[in-house]
Amino acid sequence: MMEDKVIIVRNLVKKFGSFVANDNLSFDVNRGEIFGFLGANGAGKTTAIRILSGLSRPTSGEVMVAGYDAGKEPEMIKRNIGYMSQKFSLYEDLTVKENIMLYGGIYGMKLAIIKQRTEELLERLNFRDYANRIISDLPLGLRQKLAFSVALLHEPRIVFLDEPTGGVDPITRRQFWEMIYETAAGGITVFVTTHYMDEAEYCDRISIMNDGKIVALDTPENLKQKYKASTVEEVFIKIARPDRIQS
Amino acid sequence: MRTILYLIRKEFLQIFRNKFISKAIFLVPIVQMLVLVPAVTFEIKHIELGIIDNDCTPESRGLVTKLESSTFFRLMFSTFSETEANNMLHNDKCGLVLNIPSGFGRNLGSGKAAPVMATINAINASTAQLSWAYLNGVIGDYNSGIIAENSGGVPSDGFSGIQITNRYWYNEMLNYKYYMLPGILVILVTAIGFMLAGLNMVREKEIGTIEQINVTPVRKHQFIIAKMVPFLLIGLVDLALGLIIGKITFNIPFEGSILLLFLGSTIFLIAVLGLALLLSTVSGSQQQYMFVAFFFMIVFILMSGIFTPFDSMPLLAQRIDMVNPVAYLIRINRMVMLKGSTLHDIGKDLLSLLVIAICFTSLAVRRYRKTA
Repeated sequence: MMEDKVIIVRNLVKKFGSFVANDNLSFDVNRGEIFGFLGANGAGKTTAIRILSGLSRPTSGEVMVAGYDAGKEPEMIKRNIGYMSQKFSLYEDLTVKENIMLYGGIYGMKLAIIKQRTEELLERLNFRDYANRIISDLPLGLRQKLAFSVALLHEPRIVFLDEPTGGVDPITRRQFWEMIYETAAGGITVFVTTHYMDEAEYCDRISIMNDGKIVALDTPENLKQKYKASTVEEVFIKIARPDRIQS
Repeated sequence: MRTILYLIRKEFLQIFRNKFISKAIFLVPIVQMLVLVPAVTFEIKHIELGIIDNDCTPESRGLVTKLESSTFFRLMFSTFSETEANNMLHNDKCGLVLNIPSGFGRNLGSGKAAPVMATINAINASTAQLSWAYLNGVIGDYNSGIIAENSGGVPSDGFSGIQITNRYWYNEMLNYKYYMLPGILVILVTAIGFMLAGLNMVREKEIGTIEQINVTPVRKHQFIIAKMVPFLLIGLVDLALGLIIGKITFNIPFEGSILLLFLGSTIFLIAVLGLALLLSTVSGSQQQYMFVAFFFMIVFILMSGIFTPFDSMPLLAQRIDMVNPVAYLIRINRMVMLKGSTLHDIGKDLLSLLVIAICFTSLAVRRYRKTA
């Protein structure tokens, strides 16, 4: 069932000078899966997600995303993925419609299709009143939902979300995760990093990184059993911060 | 191609949504033309003159009157004391002191040589030289008047062996505005090319929007071209605006083809925009970019031959100028506007400019990294 594996990582190493940001990572992500990527600040999550999305080249190791080699064909990967970074990255001085139009155009979509998708998107997000508003006028939660939808505009096979719900209120976070579920149900793989441990519970599988290494990778249930914890948060603290438990 | 159009549309939306930039791109050329063209002139009027007249004869007074009545000089004071005159010169109360010793009138009357002495403030060397030249001219005039008088009404020129008359081609009246305006137009276009596009690109880096672009399948050349086109068009519109102001306000002559002028400026803008974007791909912040871009701009402009004659630069500077797009366009603009040069005359300069444009732009595309 190789076809169902949309991300294959073998022995990925990324060095910046002598600093090893990703130390021999190996994992697979299946089609339609919600894959949670956890780790403390500086654990190497963002470095890995940038390599997977073709923004950065691996130092060594094999990285296949949507069937393309991240070291050799990053531009082919970019055709098949959506990406939403922790920094809000839509153009703040353009309106909602103008942003959608721009990204639709960049992915080579036909104007009629862009217009049709814009309508659908505005309808689904209940955004009709905001269509001609400038992004900087929108509250953060709405912006994040819009950015996620724009990342899905060209129907990618995988969507990478780098801390998508940072600084967002609990209700909007809930709505955001509903969008993630819908996306995954539609067969699109969701690769998400987060700091919120309750969000990790919603993932099909999670990996926990520490000091550039993956130290745990399984379903939330299995991890809780293995580490005799009642929540993923406890698991995380036991793995990522063993020093705290001892003291 | 369609992708480029979407990106260009985005740039224009952003430019015109920015309240300051959208006004500045039209106000800057107007102010620059109206203020800079009259300001940047080498013509000197009203040189402040001090006189030490120890002679006090009709002849010395005649000379002073002659100086006073010319538009070049303005008499600030007249004294008998050399010390006082020196103090005035020292305190910047005048720029030139003419010392007429006693016996001047007597010597002149008896046909002997009548020496006078000029002391000139030479802090600004070119002003000093021009002052001297004007003074020489006026005194020479006065001199030949006296000779003519003494020889019974026959003009002195009748005796001289060599007689020179001159004509200034391409700028009959030696009007400095005509000479400077084509250059100021270049500076205008340079500023737009250097500052707007480069800063725009670095801003996208600072805000992080460029990362969202880098993760899409946009081709590198598409992104660079989309950054160039809007500012190229704005530069050409500003050029047209500058030309119209030049025509209305200064009645600048336009001998050559307007199309040729715009062709030259288009190639020039591509070169400058290419360099600006190249610099912006290596700069991490707007501050860094400003510093580097300013360096290039100053060097390019001062070495362009706009203020100083190109031919009197050291050979090394002339060699360096082979990659200075500003130098080419200054030459092209002056030739086309004042002399009416044709494509045939400036073809070599245009071709060099084109090579520079292609080099800078392809370097910018090469240097821009979508995958680090």
